[in-house]
Amino acid sequence: MTLLDASDLRRVYGDSCGDCVELTGDAAGTNQCPDCGAVVACADVSLDVEPGEVLGIVGESGSGKSSVAELLALERATDGQASGDVRLDGHDGNLLDADYETRHRLRNGAVGLVHQHVRDGLNLEFTGGGNVAEKLLAAGWRNYGDVRDRVRDLFAETEVPVERMDDPTETYSGGMQRRVQIARALATDPDVVILDEPTTGLDVSVQARVLDMFRRIQREEDVAAVVVSHDLGVVRLLADRTLVMRHGRVVETGLTDRVMEDPHHEYTQTLINSVI
Amino acid sequence: MTDAEPEALEESGAATDESGTEISAVSVADAVDDLSGEGLSGYNYAYLDEHTKREVRRAILKGIAIPGHQVPFASRPMPLARGWGTGGIQASLSLLGPDDAFKVIDQGSDESVNAANVRRLAETTADVETTTDATEADLIQTRHRIPEEVLDEDQILVLQVPITDALRKVDSSDAANRRRHAHANYGKMWVHLYENVVEWGEIQIAARYPAMVAGRYLMDPSPIPRWDVPKLDDADNLFVFAAGREARIYAVPPHTEVEPLAFEDEAFQVERFPDASCHSCGSTDTYLTEIETDEEDRLYVCNDTSFCLKRQDEPDLAKDHHLDREGVDWGPGTPGGPTVEGSAGESADKVATNGGDDA
Repeated sequence: MTLLDASDLRRVYGDSCGDCVELTGDAAGTNQCPDCGAVVACADVSLDVEPGEVLGIVGESGSGKSSVAELLALERATDGQASGDVRLDGHDGNLLDADYETRHRLRNGAVGLVHQHVRDGLNLEFTGGGNVAEKLLAAGWRNYGDVRDRVRDLFAETEVPVERMDDPTETYSGGMQRRVQIARALATDPDVVILDEPTTGLDVSVQARVLDMFRRIQREEDVAAVVVSHDLGVVRLLADRTLVMRHGRVVETGLTDRVMEDPHHEYTQTLINSVI
Repeated sequence: MTDAEPEALEESGAATDESGTEISAVSVADAVDDLSGEGLSGYNYAYLDEHTKREVRRAILKGIAIPGHQVPFASRPMPLARGWGTGGIQASLSLLGPDDAFKVIDQGSDESVNAANVRRLAETTADVETTTDATEADLIQTRHRIPEEVLDEDQILVLQVPITDALRKVDSSDAANRRRHAHANYGKMWVHLYENVVEWGEIQIAARYPAMVAGRYLMDPSPIPRWDVPKLDDADNLFVFAAGREARIYAVPPHTEVEPLAFEDEAFQVERFPDASCHSCGSTDTYLTEIETDEEDRLYVCNDTSFCLKRQDEPDLAKDHHLDREGVDWGPGTPGGPTVEGSAGESADKVATNGGDDA
């Protein structure tokens, strides 16, 4: 049984001439259409995630990883044209076509997203606890004591100092803000969590603690996850399977071990060699 | 009032143009004299033209059809500054007919300058009876209060609204807030309440208490005290909220569920006046305001002055004395009424006598 099934994900920025997808991609060596200049952030991306599985997406910056993550997390498209098919077990139909209210409900329940940029994911004027509580309150929790207990548990679980939960989020360190985002994403026991660059901007020791924490919670709660990162180390540590993206296309997929130890695609080989 | 100055100027010296020759224009004083006493002449009935009134009434109907939803309307310039009740006047004048009795309240008082002027405008242009008795009025325009006496199904309460959107407190972007209303996404307001409890140990919102209307739209009930919010729920009368400056009208039709936002374990509470009673009438079941006398004594008096006067004559007068039935659930402290839901289970007597211990 597949938990999350996405096919033909595509996002194009700019006025498309209609041939953009054919004229771009890995073979063409660019993601910008030579004819009309539209940027094909991602196209022909299909993937699936099993329950409890962690799927990694790696690629250089601009390869379309975040666009895929946003589509999977059912984020509202602010610009560009998006198409594709995202299906979640237990929910009918293509969720990209679902109305706002349905997507909003899903994002407050079944799907959690950890944004690449803290400002997109957290309201920095709110307290740290308030940010996590927002998710619960939006999902219909109406008992203050219950909300409070759940926030406290999540803070403890994600290793944010519980005594800081009533301080404004802008006073938190970068690592704490990242962990609050993870706490927020996990608050409503989602089926799947999308992490977009979970360790960007953190120093190595904090990165390690955030990753350890997430790996522990992911195992304990058996939540499925899609981890998007340019950092092969992150994906190697967390992911069961890996997708490699370049110029908006998936160029290689396979078990993480296999991709890391025996990369088939030329670009993957370069990518892995450059790290080691 | 503001006419006094130009009037004095006109009288002190004849007006001249740039070249210094006298202009033979009617002085302001003469113009005012011409107008006074002539009532409707020169004006359409009820000041506004018929198209404007129809437009306002259409907005009100739309508001009634979608309880709690803010409906835009044109909001004409009125003979007083926006923010002083122009929305309320437009709604009132659009609804009034010659057989109606009209009452205007300004924070509980019939006698404030603004209330008296609004009443006089309606009296002169719409040819209506005016009254200070809430039970006699067909239409009541009010600022920041709902009368203590229970309103019935033949009455309309028009509330003046300075800020239409309850969400503006948590987000200043009206575009974002309109999207939130469209999607019933009130998470941010809930976080505001959550953080309120974190900071103060209870929800500390004095006025403009956000309330859900018919389980769908979050509404700003205008700056009425918390005391008045339960009166909106399942009332017999129609409530019309009108904001002239923001050009929005919304409504709560009779028998609509209006639920103040609160947590299951941090309930909505009305104001508490521990051990206080009205200095004038002795009431303990009305909304009291604190005043300071010249001798620096602090006293509590009823905020609703017309009901206070009635109570002074008849101390045991019930808030639903004029209604031919029992068990009217109208706000806190309705004698004989059932417990107000959502007010921490305080019964009428408890609110008045030992409400302070209930927190």
